[in-house]
Amino acid sequence: MNSAVSARTQARSAGKKKRNSELAREERAFWLFISPWTLGFLLFTGGPIIASLFLSFADYNVVDAPTFVGLRNFFDLFHDKLFYKSLSVTFYYAVLSVPFTIVCSMILALLLNNKIKGQAIFRTLYYTPSIISGVAVSFLWMWLLNPDFGVVNSLLSDWFGIKGPGWFTKPNTVIPSMVLMQLTAIGGPMVIFLASLQSLPSDLYEAASIDGANRLTKFFKITVPLISSVILFNAIIGIISSFQVFTQAYVITKGGPDWNSYFYVLYLFNTAFAQFRMGYASAQAWILFIVIFVLTMLALLVSKRLIYYEYDDKR
Amino acid sequence: MFRERRVSHGELGLGGKIVVYALLFAGLLLFAFPLFWMITTSLKELGDVHKLPMKWIPSPVEWSNYTQVFRDAPLARYIVNTVIYTAVTMFAVALSSSLVAFGFARLKARGRNVLFLLVLSTMMIPPQVTMIPQYLLFNKFNWIDSYLPLVVPAFGGSAFIIFLLRQFYLGFSKELDDAVKIDGGGYFTMYVRIILPLSIPSLATAAILEFMYRWNDLIGPLIYLSDGSKYPLSLGLSNFTAAYAATPWNLLMAASIVAVLPPLLLFFFAQKYFIQGIVITGSKG
Repeated sequence: MNSAVSARTQARSAGKKKRNSELAREERAFWLFISPWTLGFLLFTGGPIIASLFLSFADYNVVDAPTFVGLRNFFDLFHDKLFYKSLSVTFYYAVLSVPFTIVCSMILALLLNNKIKGQAIFRTLYYTPSIISGVAVSFLWMWLLNPDFGVVNSLLSDWFGIKGPGWFTKPNTVIPSMVLMQLTAIGGPMVIFLASLQSLPSDLYEAASIDGANRLTKFFKITVPLISSVILFNAIIGIISSFQVFTQAYVITKGGPDWNSYFYVLYLFNTAFAQFRMGYASAQAWILFIVIFVLTMLALLVSKRLIYYEYDDKR
Repeated sequence: MFRERRVSHGELGLGGKIVVYALLFAGLLLFAFPLFWMITTSLKELGDVHKLPMKWIPSPVEWSNYTQVFRDAPLARYIVNTVIYTAVTMFAVALSSSLVAFGFARLKARGRNVLFLLVLSTMMIPPQVTMIPQYLLFNKFNWIDSYLPLVVPAFGGSAFIIFLLRQFYLGFSKELDDAVKIDGGGYFTMYVRIILPLSIPSLATAAILEFMYRWNDLIGPLIYLSDGSKYPLSLGLSNFTAAYAATPWNLLMAASIVAVLPPLLLFFFAQKYFIQGIVITGSKG
């Protein structure tokens, strides 16, 4: 009996050992599988993040060794007119473009959510313009919105007898024009709205119909609350991407007229790669991070009260 | 006695249908117009480009604009550069992200969740923060003016795509793994035999997303490349008008068409994988 017990414990400990070695094997495999990310993170993300933090407290022109200057870069930034200008340009763009994009893409998603013939074709056609972006599309809009001979102003004068605005060439219209330019590229948020609309439960709508609610009431009382978390998602993505605008400004306006489209990242790019003031540019990059982080947190905080989650324990 | 009850919120009466069709067609004119205008302008003579009233349809049709842009600028060179660059990075990101996603989704290890949070948090840091030290690092390596700074980091995967693929990989049944284990297969067999074949649609989606991003990326090439013969299309196109006294809009539009055509074609052929997953199968009717 004694020997039987000891045999059993022996077997059990052997089993444990086997299980342990299996766990160790799985753990080794895990590290092996994620090693591309680990290496990439250390070399190209984590290391540079720390380096960037150090650089933001230094003067560095790439040729000479960096010199530590403490908080001077940040103090200089707070006295830098162009810093405020580029930040306010970027804020202005975000304030216009985020709500504009959300409203337009939601309306489009609502239209495309209807059961009609050719639904799939319509969805594809509306999504298509957002595939193309970058330099080619910037040139296209530069041409469409050319104040003297662009097609939009020509149509305005031919059909309505209106003299069109200067679009990208006038200080007060350049940012609204950039927002307008994004209009046909809203396929991304549109698809996300569409997916969420399709997951809505139809029983709520049935109940509302029985109560005699009309379409508008149903939209504001049922649809909007149910997709509010998706609205938030699109808003956050929109804020982040509008703070990183670069290509349009670089190609179309080079920051003009009179710095009115001098987007933050364009300023950062010029500081770093035209003037080679790497320390100052690093400080700019960290301010950008703080701004994006704060705005994201703010959006999350504000929306906490407004958003309805279906599976909320606190309810 | 009772009016027929409309069940789903998606159902429309005849009037509603007409309104929806009208709005969709009107909107489509707006959405299709920019591309239409790009095409017609690219086929006009320079003299017709600014003509008032506007010419909607080009006559004569100047197909030669397309041959001319290839003569005026090394467009063919740019295309070759871009194709190689996007193909390599697309492959690198898809492969490495898939390996990493498999690790995070299917293998247990201490510290796994903390590490995954780290992966997610890297998405919050704007790329501009790491841009400068990366430039300095590649400058030290003597990699400036080559594609290495743009390509090598791709082999580390992309946090966004790792996240995307992990979500897919979590969905596959655990029993499939056990079957491989019983047959004596290791974790690599599991990945190659089970996960990889099942995840072709999600990998294709990831690859296409990466393709679109790389094809249009301007700031990366702008930072690292200065030799014109190494330019990708984005950078080459942005310098296209430098050689002319006044902007030749017809040629510029022709060159732009050349630049947007590959992503458009890819989208049309890969649609099945790309938006169908979200848009078309999502609608049950």
